[in-house]
Amino acid sequence: MTSPTASTPPAPKGTGTLVDNGAARHSRMIGVGAYRPARVVMNSEIIDKIDSSDEWIRERSGIISRHFAAEDESVIDMAEHASRQAMEHAGISADQIGFVLVATVTHPYQTPAAAPELAARLGSTAPAIDISAACAGYCYGVAMASDMVKGGSADYVLVVGVEKLSDFTDPYDRGSAFIFGDGAGACIIGPSDTPGIGPTVWGSDGVQRDAISQKQAWTEVRESWKDAQADKAVWPNIGMAGQTVFRWAVWGMAPVAQQAIDKAGIKADDLDAFIPHQANIRIIDAMVKQLKLPADIPVARDIVTTANTSAASIPLATTRMLAEGEAPSGGLALQIGFGAGLVYAAQVVVLP
Amino acid sequence: MAQSEQEILDGLAEIVNEETGIDTASVEMDKSFTEDLDIDSLSMMTIVVNAEEKFGVRIPDSEVKNLKTVRDAVTFISGAQA
Repeated sequence: MTSPTASTPPAPKGTGTLVDNGAARHSRMIGVGAYRPARVVMNSEIIDKIDSSDEWIRERSGIISRHFAAEDESVIDMAEHASRQAMEHAGISADQIGFVLVATVTHPYQTPAAAPELAARLGSTAPAIDISAACAGYCYGVAMASDMVKGGSADYVLVVGVEKLSDFTDPYDRGSAFIFGDGAGACIIGPSDTPGIGPTVWGSDGVQRDAISQKQAWTEVRESWKDAQADKAVWPNIGMAGQTVFRWAVWGMAPVAQQAIDKAGIKADDLDAFIPHQANIRIIDAMVKQLKLPADIPVARDIVTTANTSAASIPLATTRMLAEGEAPSGGLALQIGFGAGLVYAAQVVVLP
Repeated sequence: MAQSEQEILDGLAEIVNEETGIDTASVEMDKSFTEDLDIDSLSMMTIVVNAEEKFGVRIPDSEVKNLKTVRDAVTFISGAQA
């Protein structure tokens, strides 16, 4: 650095005034969409490699079946199906989309992100990025999209949660082989005359990074690949410390869900649906108990036939509850995502 | 406020009963949680969290795998209370 020679610091020109973008306004969810791959995988197909039984899996997870994507079916393929459905439900076209947020941890390219390619397929050149927040990714996306709409940086935001977990699951791992499934869910967040998305309660706990984690860094894969290409441990599947996650999810997340209700300015009685991340039916049931939710509030249990689809699970469950008339359009839903990071986010939304 | 081992056993039996429906009388010192009482890992964690609250102790995740028998749990809780 050369020493300043001027005796006075530079002054702003003061000749330009930034345009008022019309913010701030309210936001709401105006459409949802879902996609489950065609192939249904029953527990019977999983059990041999983990020396288990259909009954054992049902008791520990509530899962009867899941969907697996075809080998040549990508997260972008699945995301496209769900996105088109959400756009149709919302009644908006590709050129109205002002931002594309894709929550995923199983897009197999570290770069480029999945979102720009998805946008292009839909016929959009909107700004587009991926969110790496695992099972909390969709709720993170809804929160960010809501703020974008409120702040005026986009009119309509496409939020997608999509996972092809079958690519990153160790079929021999008794702790996780039966848990995961593939699928995509999407929503459109847009402007509203009244508040449609409550304040988000979110956070992270990076101290517990190892509780759910890819088993190796890619740089480690490069080294071990040279030594043992046949060794299945080389592939960085996702591993999980089940008990640790269970404790955190139930006793750590129930208060977060309660805070989201409180911050939204409503009571639990006002809810028309509870749509937690579909991690495990045991987590869902224990969370409902901890929250002391009124018994008549419908609770998403899409996990039974969809399994745990990480970022995709909440929009998949939301779409199903709306389609099957279990939750009303215009009703209030509490949604909470939580997962690898560890990270979490919860908010109350008005259902589209 | 350390409790006797019998008091801890009785309290633990109530927690196990509430989570699993197992008769409190069956929750005996030498019973294994998994093999004798057929309690799975997630129910075990629920029992652990409820025991923390009831007995005012902290049972770390890393300790849970060492609690194989009812006696292991009673001894740990008793030691943690001391």
